[in-house]
Amino acid sequence: MTLTVHLFARGRELVGADTVAAELPAAATVADLRRTLAARFPALAGLLARSAVAVNHDFAEDNRVLSPGDEVAVIPPVSGG
Amino acid sequence: MNPMIRLTHDPIDYHALTEAVRSPRCGAVALFLGTVRDLTGDQRTEFLDYEAYPPMAEKKLAEIEAEVRRRWAVGEVAMVHRLGRLGAGEVSVAVAVSAPHRTAAFDACRFAIDTLKELVPIWKKENGPDGSGEWVHQSAKPGSP
Repeated sequence: MTLTVHLFARGRELVGADTVAAELPAAATVADLRRTLAARFPALAGLLARSAVAVNHDFAEDNRVLSPGDEVAVIPPVSGG
Repeated sequence: MNPMIRLTHDPIDYHALTEAVRSPRCGAVALFLGTVRDLTGDQRTEFLDYEAYPPMAEKKLAEIEAEVRRRWAVGEVAMVHRLGRLGAGEVSVAVAVSAPHRTAAFDACRFAIDTLKELVPIWKKENGPDGSGEWVHQSAKPGSP
């Protein structure tokens, strides 16, 4: 399956795009997505390790299984306020 | 969209927001304003750029409002966060809470802004006078227990 991954702030700048398409096997998990992104964008790996992953607008654990059509985002440490 | 819980690119009318939470039933209104500070340590900030993941940010703000209502007997809750470029002194966030008594208003307002800063997907970039810009990603991994 192909998932669109949304990127923000420093993550967006490190990759140079606000979304990337990630190709993942069926039943891939958030941990698989993290490995795929870190391998493809080595510059992102450090921030990615400190970031949460959101699936369909909620924070997701690494063992969360992804489905086609899920909206996925890398959420770096937040700094609103 | 709830006009009391939202993101905006426009200046925050915190007077109108405060009026919007007032009611005869509530004898207390607590208002928190976050404003752009000109100095962080010895680093001067010319302006901040705020960015959000809007659908998730608005969902998390609504969840914070629901949690506030679960924990405290409050009247109305308003949370508005500004996005885009803000200069020193401008209001970046406003939280207003009304309640029958002040303890609930203060406590709920503090919980709302603290939780917002912990887990709502909004980010600021500090831009200095020399043209340098740095995203602020110093907090813990968001959403962690």
